[in-house]
Amino acid sequence: MEPLLIKAIIAIVVFAITLLIATYSTYAERKVAAVMQDRVGPNRAGPFGLLQPLADAVKMFMKEEIIPSVSNKWLFIAGPCIAMLTACMTGVVIPWGGPITLGAQKFTLQVADLNIGILYLFGVVSMGVYGIMIGGWASNNKFSLIGAIRASSQMISYEIAMGLAIIALVMTTGTLSLNEIVVQQDEGLANIVIQPLGFLIFIVCAFAETNRAPFDLPECETELIGGYHTEYSSMKLGFYLFAEYINMFISSAVIVCFYFGGYNFPFQHELQNLLGLTENALSIIQVVVMFGKVFFFIFFFMWVRWTIPRFRYDQLMNLGWKVLLPLALANIFITGLVMWGMGKI
Amino acid sequence: MLTNKSKQVVKREMTWMEKAYIPAIFSGMIITFKHIFMKKATVRYPEQTRPFAPVYRGQHVLKIDEAGAERCTACGLCAVACPAEAITMVAAERKKGEEHLYREEKYASTYEINMLRCIFCGLCEEACPKEAIFLTDRIVPSTFERHEFIFGKDKLVETKEHPVDVTKRQTPAVLEFKKDKKHKHNLTVLDKVTKTFNKH
Repeated sequence: MEPLLIKAIIAIVVFAITLLIATYSTYAERKVAAVMQDRVGPNRAGPFGLLQPLADAVKMFMKEEIIPSVSNKWLFIAGPCIAMLTACMTGVVIPWGGPITLGAQKFTLQVADLNIGILYLFGVVSMGVYGIMIGGWASNNKFSLIGAIRASSQMISYEIAMGLAIIALVMTTGTLSLNEIVVQQDEGLANIVIQPLGFLIFIVCAFAETNRAPFDLPECETELIGGYHTEYSSMKLGFYLFAEYINMFISSAVIVCFYFGGYNFPFQHELQNLLGLTENALSIIQVVVMFGKVFFFIFFFMWVRWTIPRFRYDQLMNLGWKVLLPLALANIFITGLVMWGMGKI
Repeated sequence: MLTNKSKQVVKREMTWMEKAYIPAIFSGMIITFKHIFMKKATVRYPEQTRPFAPVYRGQHVLKIDEAGAERCTACGLCAVACPAEAITMVAAERKKGEEHLYREEKYASTYEINMLRCIFCGLCEEACPKEAIFLTDRIVPSTFERHEFIFGKDKLVETKEHPVDVTKRQTPAVLEFKKDKKHKHNLTVLDKVTKTFNKH
């Protein structure tokens, strides 16, 4: 088969899976919230309420769509589009499994193996703030505007600490390609062992970047009604909410790739030799393992959300600038020292 | 310091461990994780219902006796006892040939309870000398119109086909009263028959 065709198939499959997982994340979120509060959660639509996301989607589409007359119409529409677009774009560089051989050709289960994968990721993620910013501003509503300002300042603040946490990782791995990082963790240790502090900083920043509790200040209901999406209704609102769930999925995948060995699992080559598996069979197992890890982190996101109350805004800024940023800098410094001591640089 | 329960509040600096928040967050997450396996408080309503207390006082019923005749004699004691003035009735005299419908010579031609006024205290039941009115474990259904809450005999009187169980409301005191055959109204049809049989 044509390499381009296969890439196109992979891209479509990744896109479809991303949307599917984001859809069912809404269901999972409600279930997790429920069981942690000793409730049952959605259980009416279909068996165990599994058709609930479908019902929600139908509801979203059927709702009246309101565009405020005082708003900037085009920007108002552009906001959720950008949020959704950037959310979907991040999934491109994530390796979902080991290489698969079809006929004579070998394919990586990745839409694009960019050698600047991390840079691309950061570029796209920082675009995501525009969706929120534009949407909030175009609404011509004070609450939306405050929400948007909060969102943008929060995301910019935490991007710095996040980037610095990754720099330490890039120092140890010596590459910007996500596939390369994952392959290295197959040969050596998982990066969580090498960069525990970096992981901690990264995951805290990931919560802030996805606007999830305890950093969900841009949409905190008690203060700002709905924050940047106060004026939105129907599927535009759905897009904003959906983009958040896609971001959560992709963040989980990125965390897994960076720090938890991506699709690799311990003793995989021993298992392969023991059972006499082919390369392709192993790759399929790896995909399953990858999704298992990702699902755990999605659960972790929800678990944290239903445990910790929201931060105050000054606490958020203090944490970002006075704690995480110095910690990330110290992490880089220590990493450099250790690498110098081990004679790696 | 009167009750000796007051607690001195200390506004001290947080320790380094407390400032790090991570241990506190971790212990919080363990608590929420434990809750996943706890018993759920939810009652899945249409399939499951919460059990009623045996003394639950819901919608009233006007009982009929074994022969199917209404027990109520329209004495008005329930209406007098009612603190919410929810009960109204009109008494009528039993005609010849209506013995199978009404137990005694006087009966209530209309008997209405305003369910919006009723406070379900059960005093009507207590006041009734004929064991004619009981509160049951049925919930008064909601409707849209006020007048629909005025329940007449059509809704209150039980039918032979659909008897309403009031055994839960027939407390020992009630049953003790029932045994006292001095009162004519406590005689069942069977008792009456045996009495006349014994007379002859």
